[in-house]
Amino acid sequence: MTQRVFVTGVGVVAPTGLGIAEYWAATLAGRSGISRIDDRHVGALAGRITGFDAARHLPGRLLPQTDVSTRLALTAADWAINDAGVRPGDRDEYDMGVMTSNACGGFDFTHRQFDKLWHDGPQHVSVYESFAWFYAVTTGQVSIRHGLRGPGTALVGEQAGGLDAIGYARRAIRRGTPLVISGGVDSALGPWGRVAHLSSGTVSTTDDPGQAYLPFAAAASGHVPGEGGAILVLEGGESLDRRGDRPRYGEIAGYAATFDPAPGSGRPPGLRRAAELALEDAGVTTADVGVVFADAAGTAEFDRAEAEAVTGLFGPYGVPVTAPKAGTGRLFSGGGPLDVVTACLALREGVIPPTPHDAQVAAGHRIDLVQNAPRERNMTVALVLARGRWGFNSAIVVRG
Amino acid sequence: MSLMTLEDLKTILVENAGADDSGTLDGDFAAQEFTELGYDSLALLELAAGIQRRYGIVLPDEQVMELRTPEAVLAAVNSAAVNSAERLRQTS
Amino acid sequence: MKPNRRVVITGIGVRAPGGGGAKDFWNLLTAGRTATRRISFFDAGPFRSQVAGEVDFDAQAEGLTPRQIRRMDRAAQFAVVCTRDAVEDSGLELDRVEPHRIGVSLGSAVAAATSLEAEYLVLFDSGQTREVDTRYLTPHMFDHMVPSVMAAEVAWTVGAEGPVTMVSDGCTSGLDAIGHALHLIQDGVVDVMAAGATDTPISPIVLACFDAIKATTSYNDDPATASRPFDRSRNGFVLAEGCAMFVLEEYEHARRRNAEIYAEVTGYATRLNAFHMTGLKPDGREMAEAIRTALAQSRLDPPDVDYVNAHGSGTKQNDLHETAAVKASLGEHARRVPISSIKSMVGHSLGAIGSIEVAACALALRYGVIPPTANLRLPDPQCDLDYVPLVAREATLDTVLTIGSGFGGFQSAMVLRQPGGRAA
Repeated sequence: MTQRVFVTGVGVVAPTGLGIAEYWAATLAGRSGISRIDDRHVGALAGRITGFDAARHLPGRLLPQTDVSTRLALTAADWAINDAGVRPGDRDEYDMGVMTSNACGGFDFTHRQFDKLWHDGPQHVSVYESFAWFYAVTTGQVSIRHGLRGPGTALVGEQAGGLDAIGYARRAIRRGTPLVISGGVDSALGPWGRVAHLSSGTVSTTDDPGQAYLPFAAAASGHVPGEGGAILVLEGGESLDRRGDRPRYGEIAGYAATFDPAPGSGRPPGLRRAAELALEDAGVTTADVGVVFADAAGTAEFDRAEAEAVTGLFGPYGVPVTAPKAGTGRLFSGGGPLDVVTACLALREGVIPPTPHDAQVAAGHRIDLVQNAPRERNMTVALVLARGRWGFNSAIVVRG
Repeated sequence: MSLMTLEDLKTILVENAGADDSGTLDGDFAAQEFTELGYDSLALLELAAGIQRRYGIVLPDEQVMELRTPEAVLAAVNSAAVNSAERLRQTS
Repeated sequence: MKPNRRVVITGIGVRAPGGGGAKDFWNLLTAGRTATRRISFFDAGPFRSQVAGEVDFDAQAEGLTPRQIRRMDRAAQFAVVCTRDAVEDSGLELDRVEPHRIGVSLGSAVAAATSLEAEYLVLFDSGQTREVDTRYLTPHMFDHMVPSVMAAEVAWTVGAEGPVTMVSDGCTSGLDAIGHALHLIQDGVVDVMAAGATDTPISPIVLACFDAIKATTSYNDDPATASRPFDRSRNGFVLAEGCAMFVLEEYEHARRRNAEIYAEVTGYATRLNAFHMTGLKPDGREMAEAIRTALAQSRLDPPDVDYVNAHGSGTKQNDLHETAAVKASLGEHARRVPISSIKSMVGHSLGAIGSIEVAACALALRYGVIPPTANLRLPDPQCDLDYVPLVAREATLDTVLTIGSGFGGFQSAMVLRQPGGRAA
C-alpha cells in the first residue's frame, strides 16, 4: 500500500494577498491584483505584490544575497512551516526535504550584476551572484534557514514545474522522507524581466488591467505575468499518524505529467492524458471531481486546447471550471502550487472561487466557467491543471 | 592618521553584506570575530571587494581569509595604504 | 507501482573538452591527458581566472539544422547532439517504443546563461543603459530566462510524451537528473528515459561570479595543469562546459531487445547540507549519509565498492570535505578503494559534470580501467587516500560509486554496477 501524502501547511505570497487569509478573501471576492507597473504601453501590466517589506520578515543578513523572488519564497516557507506546526529542530534532520520549482531564477538580482559587470567591471560583481541567480536558490536557502537535510531538488518546467515539484515531493515521501517542503515562487518584473516576458509572444498587449488576461473569453488576448506563488508543507500519512495530527488542508491524491508530441507529428496533445493519469493515480473517476482549476493560458489556441481536454473528459459543461489566476497573472513556478492551495481551501469551505474579470466566455469552449460570484458546492475532489510553454502538461488531484 | 576607521568598515560591511537586527555592530566590535558577528567567508570577501572599490586597496586572497576580526582588517588596510603611499613617494 | 524494476544504461552520448564523442572522451581520460586551456571564446584578460575546459563544437558539422542552431542555446545544442548519440549507441529503435513510455530528465545548473548575456549586451547596449528598447528584443529571450525549452528539445529528439522535466540543482544537476529518471522507471511511470545534463557556462558573467568568491583557479600561465584536485598546490576549479546524455531503460525492456548494457544504476540518494550556499563543512557528514543511503538501496556494503569517482573539483574545502565523507561512509575500506577526479582533465562543467562522471563510470565498468587524477604531483597530507595519481589503472570493477556536491548544499551519490553483477 503506497503512503498517502497530505498538505499540512501553506504559505501564500500573491498579488491578491499576502498570507492565506488575505489571499482567500480576495480570491473569493474575485478581486484582481493586476495593475499598471510601468508607464509604457507594451508590457506595462503585471500581477505585482504590494506591501511586502522583506526586512520585516527576514534577517538583514539575507537581504544583500537574495533576489525578490527568493525573499518571497523564504517568507512563504516560514509561514508554511509555522502553519503546519512543525518545529524542524524536533525532528530528524534527514527526514525533512526541500523540492521546489523555479522558472526565472533570481532574474532582477542578476540584471543588476550584469550592469555591474559591464558598466563597472568584474570586480564589482557581488559574491552572492554565484547562487542568488540560479534556479536552485529557493531549495538551498529554505534548507539552510530551517536546517532541513533530507533530499532536495529544483525543477524547471515553466508554468507546469510547480505541480511537478509537488509530484516529486510526493514521490520522495513515498520513498521514505516523511516531510518535504515544496511549491514554487517566481518574480521577474524588473526592466529586463518584463521584456523577457514580452518576447514569449503570449503576453497580452491590451492596455486595460481589467481586460488584459481573460482566459477562455471571446476577447482573450494573452496573459499578464505576475509574481508570487505558494510554498507547501507535505507530509506522509504514516508520520502524521504517529504524531496524532490531522491533515489540515487536503491530500495530494494523484499526480501525472505528460509532454505534447513533437510539432507536426499529428498525434493528440497530452493535457487530457495527464488529467486521466492523475485521476487514475488517485483512484477516482471524473464523476468524483467537483471542480477543475484550469491552466487558463489566455490565448485562443491554448484555451481551445484546454477546453477540449476538459470537455473530452467531463463532457460539455460537465464540471465547474475556474481560473483564479486571472486575478494574479501567470506566476510560472508559483502558479500550480497556488492553485493547489486554492483547491484545498475550496474543498474545505465547499465553495468555488470565481474567475475574475467576468468576461464573456468564447462560444466554442462549452465549459462551465465559474464567474461573477463564488459558487457553493459540496465537493471532495479537485483537479488542478498546468501547462508549461512548449508542451509540458501536469495534473494534480487534490482530495479534501 | 589612518585611512579607514571602524565606522567606515561598518558602513561597507552593512552595505555589501547586510546587518542583523541583533545590534552586533553597535558599540566597539573591533576585536570580535566576524563569525561571532554573524558574517561568513563570503561576507568577508564582499567586504574586501567593497574596500577595493572604495579605496583602491587590494588585499591578497590568502590574506583576506586570515582576517578574523574588524581590527585585523583595519590594520591590513591601513598598512597597505601606508605601503602604497611609501612606494609612491619613492617612485616620484 | 511495479516492484523491483531495475534500471540500466544502454546508450551514452558525450561532448566534453578535448574531443568529439564518448570514444575520444574515454581515450583522453585513460591517457591521463588534460583538456583545459586559456579561454578562447572571449578576452578573459580582465578576469582573475582565465582558463577553462572548452569544447570544440561545430553545430553544423554535428548535423543540426540552421533553424535548430538559431533557436537553441549552446547547452541545448549539446544536449540534443548527445541525446542523438546516446540513442544510436543504445541501438534502441524509438519508433518501436510507445511515446507515452518515454520521458526526459535534463539537468543544467546555469542553463542559457551564455545566451542571456549575449542578449543583455544588445538590449542594454553593453551595460550603458537600463532603458529597454524593445526593437532589440529577440524572440528567444523568454526561453533563455526560463530554460525548460532545453528539455523540450530533448523530448522532440526522442519523441518523448511521458514526463519531461529539467532539473537544476547546481553542480549536482547531472547526478540528480539521472536519479529522477531512475525513480520514474523504477516506479513504472516510464520504461525509457533520455537523461543527463548539459552546461555551457564559459561566459564573462559566470567567470565574474566565481572570481568574486575565489572558487576558480588563478593558474593562468599553466592551463594544462591548472586543475589539481587533492594536490597541495590546488587553488580552485577550472570552469568547463560539456554534456552527457544517456538512454536509461528498464532492465527487462533492454534484455528483450538484446541491448548491450553498460551498467545498472542500483542506488541514488541526495541530501542537503543546510549549512551554506557555497560552503562545505569539513566533516562531510551529509555526503556520507547520501553515500550510505545509496549503498543501502543497492544492498551493498562499503567493501563492495571498487572505485569512487570523486567530485574532486580542485578546491581545498571540497578536497577535505570529500575525503572526510568517504572515510565516514566507507570506514576502513576508504583507505583501500581507488578514488579519482576526472575534473583534473576536463574541468568542472557545473551541472553537466555529474552526468559526464556517470559516463566515465559506465565506461570504466565496461573497460575495466580507472581514470586517474591528473596533475596530482604533491599530495596534500590532509588528503591521505588513494587518488590514483597521474596514470590510469586496470582493475576488475563490479561496483562504482560516484559523488557530487553543489552550491545550495546538494550532496548526491549514485551506485553503478556491472550488468549481471552480484545483485543480479
